[in-house]
Amino acid sequence: MGILVNKNSKVIVQGFTGKEATFHAEQCIEYGTNIVGGVTPGKGGQIHLERPVFSTVKDAVDHTGADTSLILVPPFFAADAIMEAADAGIKVIVCISEGIPTLDVMYAKMYVTKKGAVLIGPNCPGIITAGEAKIGIMPGSIFKKGHVGVISKSGTLTYEAANQVVNAGLGITTAIGIGGDPIIGSTFIDLLKRFEEDLETHAVVIIGEIGGDLEIQAAHYIKDHMKKPVVAFIAGQTAPKGKRMGHAGAIIAGSKGTAQEKMSALEHAGVRVCKSPADIGQATIEVLS
Amino acid sequence: MNIHEYQAKQLFKNYGVTIPHGKMAETLDQAVEAAQKIDSEKWVVKAQVHAGGRGKGGGVKIASSLKEVKTIAENMLGMKLVTHQTGPKGKLVQKIYIEEVAPIKKEYYLGLVLDRTAEMPVMIASTEGGMEIEKVAAEFPDKIIKIRIDPLIGFRNFHGVMLANGLGLDKIQSRNFTQFARALYSLYKEKDASLIEINPLVLKEDDTFIALDAKINFDDNALFRHPDILEMRDLSEEEPTELEASNFNLNYIKLDGNVGCMVNGAGLAMSTMDIIKIKGGEPANFLDVGGDASAETVAKGFEIILRDKNVKAIFVNIFGGIVRCDRIANGILDAAKEINVSVPVVVRLDGTNADIALEILQKAHIPNIITAHSLADGAEKAVQAAKGV
Repeated sequence: MGILVNKNSKVIVQGFTGKEATFHAEQCIEYGTNIVGGVTPGKGGQIHLERPVFSTVKDAVDHTGADTSLILVPPFFAADAIMEAADAGIKVIVCISEGIPTLDVMYAKMYVTKKGAVLIGPNCPGIITAGEAKIGIMPGSIFKKGHVGVISKSGTLTYEAANQVVNAGLGITTAIGIGGDPIIGSTFIDLLKRFEEDLETHAVVIIGEIGGDLEIQAAHYIKDHMKKPVVAFIAGQTAPKGKRMGHAGAIIAGSKGTAQEKMSALEHAGVRVCKSPADIGQATIEVLS
Repeated sequence: MNIHEYQAKQLFKNYGVTIPHGKMAETLDQAVEAAQKIDSEKWVVKAQVHAGGRGKGGGVKIASSLKEVKTIAENMLGMKLVTHQTGPKGKLVQKIYIEEVAPIKKEYYLGLVLDRTAEMPVMIASTEGGMEIEKVAAEFPDKIIKIRIDPLIGFRNFHGVMLANGLGLDKIQSRNFTQFARALYSLYKEKDASLIEINPLVLKEDDTFIALDAKINFDDNALFRHPDILEMRDLSEEEPTELEASNFNLNYIKLDGNVGCMVNGAGLAMSTMDIIKIKGGEPANFLDVGGDASAETVAKGFEIILRDKNVKAIFVNIFGGIVRCDRIANGILDAAKEINVSVPVVVRLDGTNADIALEILQKAHIPNIITAHSLADGAEKAVQAAKGV
């Protein structure tokens, strides 16, 4: 079980023959992900990692029945890659690429939504359903199977959180890095809805950060619609105003988007908010007992 | 990326967003010559630095004669301008902008920015021109008009009319305003701006509008397709250490505490600062060494952190994923040999091959290196080390 992807997902890799994409595709295959082929324009007909290469996503879908795509292409091609995947009927589009212009992501997301597909990212580590499918660049070994869902804006902090959950004797259903750009494909709410419906998931950990108001929207949603317990951590309690902290969207604009504002909204929604990033594992045990 | 007012106004001009007549000057002679060429009885002399609040800091002055232009320019060029946005050290004024003084009928505010909630641009207008928009929003929220512009249809006449109605403009003013706002939207979209602010926007006696001030920020991710904008980058306006770090793919931001931090990943880097504070210390910096930390980047990271003389201890917090911890441990040892790390370094490595990494560090027997087994343990040890305990 888990959400969005599982062992039955038929995955293609866009940018398949590139150096980074090859490395990560190998890791995904090793994890057991059902990678059925890849796309590199102009290289259709070749074989790479014992799988067929296609020149277009449409060809790949027609020949393999792929329903999921992992995008590992340079930023100036990435928005096109997202739209091509949606156009070809791919249902779950996972975009790892970092550095895509915001206006391009805005159009890409509109199109993906129109096509009824789901976009994860961009600028994220991807999605993993423990023991079934790893569609991203995260280290698979950390994500032991269990009953906790993870949604996070940050990469390494996702690994930290998952590691704490596993060390606490629990495990993961699905973990998703949603990215920290100003516009992202799937938000906390989109994924919380799916975790609420997933029978395997008993609790959800969300990891937010300064900037924007997705965590505040999530707080409203949790308050009105979630029955499963939620644990949250917000990074950037000590971040200065007006400075971009690594992620393009991680910036306190004026007095908006502070960690404090988000933490209190989540607390009001009944979420177990961790002040310290070291308490995520323990807090998850507590909400489940 | 930010640009100067004079550059923003040049872009405005190219797009038909009307501006007062003005010229940039870097020397006294240029300043006087610029004023001579601008047909006006008075001139405004404006310091060109990347910071708001220039007027209050003495960076905007009116001159009534060419002699006065010269005196003002003399004082302004080379001064350290301190505003609420520059920090106490201020910013060196290397360029000034000389502009005609146009008669003002009324002042407004006009801005265009990405609305992250709606995921589309929003145009913001207010009758309270000249005031900080944050302050207006807090004190007079009903004096702010916001119109979202769906990029599928772009800027339309009705957007302009809605804003103009909100500002209480008459029919002719409304028409002129709409034309002005449409030009602004074209600039925003075509040049991948992330923010445009005109404060104040001025209504002239003839019921047309001009931009008295101009601020534009651009989406860094889109600069690859705008070489003309990238050319406007003024490196002297950027923090030199942050700039140097970025050349090594390090993301460094200096803070005021004494516990230096070196972390992989932006979210984990922020969290590391947070936990240092929780453990009773103060972080000295944000430093993200990126996904593929190597011996070279780790060495550069140490060097940059140690340049800050406040730093009394360093916390290296790496969660190894695809990058294996043993490689990073070796990187730390190489870096420690290469540069003289004069303060205690607390190292916490977790994730792939963390056990091997710990062994490597412990076997090396470097007195300054203290190992930690978790995030909390590492933060605690680093804070204690910085206190000299």
